[in-house]
Amino acid sequence: MRILSILLTVLIVLPILIVGGQWLTPRWEVWQHLWNTRLPEMIRTTALLTVGVGLGTFLLGTSLAWLVSAYRFPGQSVFEWLLIGPLAMPSFILAYVYMALFDFAGPVQKVLRAWFGPQVWFPEIRSLGGAILVLSLVLYPYVYLLARAAFLEQSASTFEAARLSGYTRTQAFFKLVLPLARPSLAAGMTLAMLEALTDFGAVRFFSVSTISEGIVRLWEGALDRSSALALASLLLLAALVVILVERLLRGQSRYFQANSTYRRLEAVPLHGLPAWLAAGFCLLVFAAALGLPLMQLSAWVAQEWNKGTPGTFDAVYVRYLRTTLGLALTAALIAVGMALILAQHARSGRSRFRTLFTRLATLGYAMPGAVIATGVLITLSLAERWLMLPVLLTGSLLGLIYAYVVRFLSLAYSSADASLEKVTPNLVEAARTMGAGTGRILWRIQIPLISSGLLAGVTLVFVDVLKELPATLLLRPFGMDTLAIWAYMAAAESLWSAAALPSLTILVIGLMTVIVLFRTGKLFL
Amino acid sequence: MFISRRILNVLVLLAFLLSSCASPTPQVIKETVVVKETQPVKETVLAVITTTPQPAAAGVVNVYSARHYGAMEGVLQRFTQETGIEVRVSQGSVQTLLQRLEAEGQQTPADVFMSIDAGGLVVAANKGLLQPIESEILLRNIPETLRDPQNRWFGLTQRVRTIVYNPTVVKPEELSTYADLADPKWKNRLCLRPATHIYTVALVASMIAELGEAETQAIVKGWVANEPQYIDSDTRILETIEAGGCDVGITNHYYLARKLSENPNFGVALLWANQAGTGVHRNISGMGVTAAARNRENAIRLIEWLSEQGQAADNTGLPGGNFEYPVNPNAPIHTILQTFGEFKVNPIPLATYGEFQEAAVKLLESAGYK
Amino acid sequence: MVMTLQIHNLTKRFAHTKAPAVENLSFSVKNGEILALVGPSGCGKTTTLRLIAGLERPDGGSIHLNGTLVASGTVFIPPEKRGVGMVFQDHALFPHLTVFDNVAFGLQGRTRAAIQAIVSEMLTLVGLQGLAGRYPHALSGGERQRVALARALAPRPALLLMDEPFSSLDSDLRLEMREQVRTILKTMQATVLFVTHDQEEALFMGDRLAVFRDGHIEQIGQPEEIFHASATRFVAEFMGDSDFLPGLASSEGIETELGRLPQKFRPHTPVEIAVRADDIDFVPDEVGNAVVAARFFRGAFNLYRLRLDSGHVLHSFKEHTYLLPVGARVRAWVSAEHSLAVFEKAD
Repeated sequence: MRILSILLTVLIVLPILIVGGQWLTPRWEVWQHLWNTRLPEMIRTTALLTVGVGLGTFLLGTSLAWLVSAYRFPGQSVFEWLLIGPLAMPSFILAYVYMALFDFAGPVQKVLRAWFGPQVWFPEIRSLGGAILVLSLVLYPYVYLLARAAFLEQSASTFEAARLSGYTRTQAFFKLVLPLARPSLAAGMTLAMLEALTDFGAVRFFSVSTISEGIVRLWEGALDRSSALALASLLLLAALVVILVERLLRGQSRYFQANSTYRRLEAVPLHGLPAWLAAGFCLLVFAAALGLPLMQLSAWVAQEWNKGTPGTFDAVYVRYLRTTLGLALTAALIAVGMALILAQHARSGRSRFRTLFTRLATLGYAMPGAVIATGVLITLSLAERWLMLPVLLTGSLLGLIYAYVVRFLSLAYSSADASLEKVTPNLVEAARTMGAGTGRILWRIQIPLISSGLLAGVTLVFVDVLKELPATLLLRPFGMDTLAIWAYMAAAESLWSAAALPSLTILVIGLMTVIVLFRTGKLFL
Repeated sequence: MFISRRILNVLVLLAFLLSSCASPTPQVIKETVVVKETQPVKETVLAVITTTPQPAAAGVVNVYSARHYGAMEGVLQRFTQETGIEVRVSQGSVQTLLQRLEAEGQQTPADVFMSIDAGGLVVAANKGLLQPIESEILLRNIPETLRDPQNRWFGLTQRVRTIVYNPTVVKPEELSTYADLADPKWKNRLCLRPATHIYTVALVASMIAELGEAETQAIVKGWVANEPQYIDSDTRILETIEAGGCDVGITNHYYLARKLSENPNFGVALLWANQAGTGVHRNISGMGVTAAARNRENAIRLIEWLSEQGQAADNTGLPGGNFEYPVNPNAPIHTILQTFGEFKVNPIPLATYGEFQEAAVKLLESAGYK
Repeated sequence: MVMTLQIHNLTKRFAHTKAPAVENLSFSVKNGEILALVGPSGCGKTTTLRLIAGLERPDGGSIHLNGTLVASGTVFIPPEKRGVGMVFQDHALFPHLTVFDNVAFGLQGRTRAAIQAIVSEMLTLVGLQGLAGRYPHALSGGERQRVALARALAPRPALLLMDEPFSSLDSDLRLEMREQVRTILKTMQATVLFVTHDQEEALFMGDRLAVFRDGHIEQIGQPEEIFHASATRFVAEFMGDSDFLPGLASSEGIETELGRLPQKFRPHTPVEIAVRADDIDFVPDEVGNAVVAARFFRGAFNLYRLRLDSGHVLHSFKEHTYLLPVGARVRAWVSAEHSLAVFEKAD
């Protein structure tokens, strides 16, 4: 057990370490070249993007969370779960839909020009600002979820105490609720910023050259692997800095996760204009992040369906779907299986060593897909060389699934850990005193208790694999094109209506999963 | 607690058994298969790759294609109907496919490499990833300039990257060469494709071959100084020009032809660049048989077929399906393309694109071209 | 008479602590008896319970259930084979099973009809007939408590172990549950080992009490005996509200600040006498031996805190109408008519 979990951890950490190891043997001429070309710009863009998305998700996530948890207004109970929907939206899909709708040749600007003349000003969507907008819309649910949980968990009495001390509701929010929720907000923003840091699709479509876009660009260019690797190590450093800053800010305080036993803050009913403003704001964000794209994608799909374009709900589509689902399911099962071993090991005793290992093993979620893909490629080719493995490992299914597992293990880990939490030793002991043997305990108590949690873990990893782009682009084996690849390839050629069906499929599967998980309280970040 | 741990071990073991079904040796890969309406038998083909290469399945050819699948589906379906050979396509950018071919070496499942750029074919050939083909048919159908002197790759369609403009704002007399677009009068009026795309790289590579690095660098810097809009889609560049978002752009000719086929009144015109000088930049999409091809005969058959029957000007032909110019001098030209008129093509050998590709990428990067 | 449970020289050590959790413990429980194990937390009472249940292995000594050896240094019968029922501190209800399935969990191997009958009998006994289909999360604290009890009793265990079963309830409910549970246990004539750290609860629940301290039993006996005739100062202190009056034993009795007590102890020994508020009386007296330091109104009576001239503090009950101001000078004396617990003074 112990050896197994150490082995697994090493396996998981190796690709990341290999990329990080670049810092030990820096190649100055590579850095020199990068610095003289576009590195300064990439660093600047990456920093602006990350900070911008952090700010954007903070504003959206916090305000929405406060609205739905502290007030009652038309649609509030629906918005409460609807607003987590964008979690299922891959950034590159929203990016291309926005590009199609809002760029100069898109319908929105056309209509505006028709109404107000050709000189009408409209912000450029293919820009850093556009990328920040799109990523904020897609990533705010991280902040929203954690902020909402924090607001709900703050006991109503604390808030009431502040009101009695003479604070208005708004003052109490800024003076008390917000500072108390700080650890949760910081955690949510960190997740969002890490995702922004590691985003590939949206920034590529908007021609925003960030570091993670640069890795794929240089790697794909086939000309400059060493530069790509150098950039990957830089990105790794950036991700570590973000995590470290969050840890420092958070200090010893913990952040809340919603559970079923909270006592809700008494929600104040809104009437008249404020009620409609609140509902309108929620609706606006929802429409921008999910409603509008869903409508546009459906319209495109209908258009393709009428044209009878190949790939629309036919055998080709089914094949893509099957490949994608099979890949996602395999990766999810392996990830959860590994997570279970690691979580069980970590629980069987708390030593510094074990905590460190757990941290390391779940680091992948903070790492860009491109970095992990790079690390996996190197790891596998080293393995081929050293172990004289005759099997071709690189560019194989194994490599791709390996990368998925490294990337998404932490999702599986949180679920596995939370499930194990539910099987307290007392429950097992209680069953034993009632005459139940090992088999009966396994069957009647342990499996039922952890299965739903593990299922949640499987689902979370599953959905993220559906959405995954950069690692899949770099590692997918022959013929293993996923729906995301299909959508990305078509969208990259501006064949937007052709990209719509795979996009919509990913979105619908993801949306259903996320909402079901959320409503059953199994959404672990 | 010891009981529960033992039980979890069992669970985990189960998870592993499950997963090991899906992990390699032997590795099972599901592949994309072109739909065959006339032969409804097999939908999914499982190829088993083990340590020793499997004997080739009869009647199959595997293609690594940088060309968008949708654009050639009709053609490949016809090929399968006529020959009974199944075509499996894996799609990717030229660069990724090249990388993969190189990494896979002798193990590659691909029989044919299809590039949308001569540079990619040249690089592949120079790296020894392609094998020479002796074929009378190919030599007859494809002009010498459009194939490898050593017969390792063959052009199948021709595409021309040239200047497009909004005729309501720009007079054709104002336009002449790619280099001219560096003139400050085009400031804030250009739409260009980002450096990440191979089309841009190939154009710049051909300019380096012709003009040398220093002059090309000056031209590209001039483009950059004009603050163009970078739009990663030729179609969107055309649409933006029509909507008035910019006045002039550089795109491949067939994107305009496609637009015109949907809407004959589409408001963008085409100008053949460099007609007073060396001629417009031409590229090809083409194929080569991989060095490790296991279905070599079928691969040759496919290329030969595409150079003859596949040269049709409608969507049963490789050029026709995509509004490209055929390579076969005897093949008809699409009616829309006929309206574009005759033009002079830059005669520099296609092979030079590959030579200068790396230099082009570096040059674009250092000139600040996005 | 057959002893349901016999413990002999039971010893258990845990690796991470130096002192044994339980050392040379011996006691027995009669059929139908409730024995309450009481003591401060960490005194080994829960460990004792877990050893009996089979959830821990003893390092030495023996445990007999109904005359059968179930655990010793060499023998170990696993918990599922012992036929012992247990109610856990957190109830440990299976969250994914209904009330019915929870109660039926220990009844496997019986016919469906038999299970149905037993479960409904048990649920009626604990007053939860209507809730068979509910899940634990939909129950109140008291209901969960009763489900846990019904579940443990359903297989008719030879011995029922209860580990601080009321500690997760709030105080009102705790008092109510105590009575209900004791009635149910007596109706079932169950033999029970009941662990608590609350001496009042122990006095109420136990037919007999065993006071634990640091892994051994300080005193075992009837509640009255433990309360009135505490064997050690620890027991007197722990069992509640004792003040300790210093004194010196002589051949005539014990000399104290409140006069001579007619009790025998080894002469010339400094001692402490455990006195409770009902053992002390006082009257106002300008030349008395104490002053009123505080008065606490307790509804039915007044509790006075008296400071003796030596500085020692004692307490005394008076009826609720008897009012003296703080600072009033009084004369206090020992009014108890029973003998008091006397301990040699520790250094």
